[in-house]
Amino acid sequence: MNKTIITVVGKDTVGIIAKVCTYLADSHINILDISQTIVSGYFNMMMIVDMAGTDKDFNTVADELESLGQGIGVVIKCQREEIFDSMHRI
Amino acid sequence: MINITEVVETNEMIEKENLDVRTITMGISLLDCIDSDLDKLCDNIYNKIYDSAKDLVKTGDQISREFGIPIVNKRISVTPIALVGGAACKTPGDFAKIAATLDKVAKAVGVNFIGGYSALVSKGMTEADRLLISSIPEALSTTELVCSSINVGSTKTGINMDAVRLMGTIVKETAKATKDKDSLGCAKLVIFCNAPDDNPFMAGAFHGVTEADKIINVGVSGPGVVKTALEKVRGQNFEVLCETIKKTAFKVTRVGQLVAQEASKRLGVPFGIIDLSLAPTPAIGDSVADILHEIGVEHAGAPGTTAALALLNDQVKKGGVMASSYVGGLSGAFIPVSEDQGMINAVEAGALSLEKLEAMTCVCSVGLDMIAIPGDTRDTTIAGIIADEMAIGMINQKTTAVRLIPVIGKGVGETVEFGGLLGYAPIMPVNQFSCDEFVNRGGRIPAPVHSFKN
Repeated sequence: MNKTIITVVGKDTVGIIAKVCTYLADSHINILDISQTIVSGYFNMMMIVDMAGTDKDFNTVADELESLGQGIGVVIKCQREEIFDSMHRI
Repeated sequence: MINITEVVETNEMIEKENLDVRTITMGISLLDCIDSDLDKLCDNIYNKIYDSAKDLVKTGDQISREFGIPIVNKRISVTPIALVGGAACKTPGDFAKIAATLDKVAKAVGVNFIGGYSALVSKGMTEADRLLISSIPEALSTTELVCSSINVGSTKTGINMDAVRLMGTIVKETAKATKDKDSLGCAKLVIFCNAPDDNPFMAGAFHGVTEADKIINVGVSGPGVVKTALEKVRGQNFEVLCETIKKTAFKVTRVGQLVAQEASKRLGVPFGIIDLSLAPTPAIGDSVADILHEIGVEHAGAPGTTAALALLNDQVKKGGVMASSYVGGLSGAFIPVSEDQGMINAVEAGALSLEKLEAMTCVCSVGLDMIAIPGDTRDTTIAGIIADEMAIGMINQKTTAVRLIPVIGKGVGETVEFGGLLGYAPIMPVNQFSCDEFVNRGGRIPAPVHSFKN
């Protein structure tokens, strides 16, 4: 298991989740959890994914998701889960 | 499992509140480089540092990428050079050659500072210590990345007043040697009492002789995060205030701990300590003075400031200590003037004087830091200011430091621009009365009694 958190923030529009999910499926990245909320009028999505099955390295996935986000006008960030775990769990 | 609120909170700290890891500092022992031949010594130093730290910047950047947390600085600290160069250096120029080597290797590995051009003279000076200290003006004016620190006192040994007096002159000479750059050399020179062996922050970092061959020390930051957290508890009592600071410091420190452990694992170098200091930058919203304002004083320097700083510093430690397996270094709130926009504003508003800053250093690290004073301030006056600050450290069993910048050619009311993380500073007035007879006495101030504490 190699858990990574993907966050998508931006103006809501049609097909954001579809595009991100298609990319993940094509890259053999398994989605473990998705949640979504609106924070101060902005679309906010978080996905927990498992990168154990992909051939791509972390930087490639992060770069590709970033440019995918630019294409649809949202900011997509990839971060390893540990930073959130260490901050919010004892 | 992590939920979206927690993810959003962490990312807001990073994106909006300037949360970052301020520095990963690799400490490297140079004791095994010692040789009586100066060229051989310089080669040994270059090779050891290059081999040890060649992947430091790359590793730091990769960790930053994977966790989405900025790691602002990657740095190196080395064994105090007075110890390393003693056998080979016969003149101040010989020591300056070592400084040039350090500068060259720091540039080669891509770090932004290298600390340890240092001497530990809290009780007495060897000939090597004296030569190194004499070489500081040349070393700091001919290099870019080398930082120098001199420990002139400790609670166990008292204060070496000969060294204090000498440093008054050296600070002034360093200012003169770098006068075409607004005396920037002095920003890379710190005088300490009770200097820690494992400090990751510049300009005072060096790799103490009590340390392992190599070590990773990490300095966290986050004044903006604390300030934002306190905005939500305005008007509430001290219990709520202190709990909020503690919890925030815990979260900030956990990030530092994670980064330190990752860096240690990837570089194959043991993890040393986390330094819990709240380190400001000139960026808006990254200010310790703004936290003091949020706690309730109109400007840093107003009555109540020392108490507010004392509680802030203590709560940061209480929260941070639990978040990290090893805590060390300076671990306190920094109150540099030029590197903190809120402090600059306080000086410009007339709220903050050198004397109030001195009082504030009694309850926090690290001391009189990045304070620009008139260029015509006398050597003996600078020595007197150093002696006062060292006495606070000695008596209170804490680290104190002085980093004063007498800006040659400028006076009170003018400002000086250092650029980057060093910021800019209004030149502050200095008490004009003389302490010549005091600092010229020579000798040592004896170690204080360790009982009867009042």
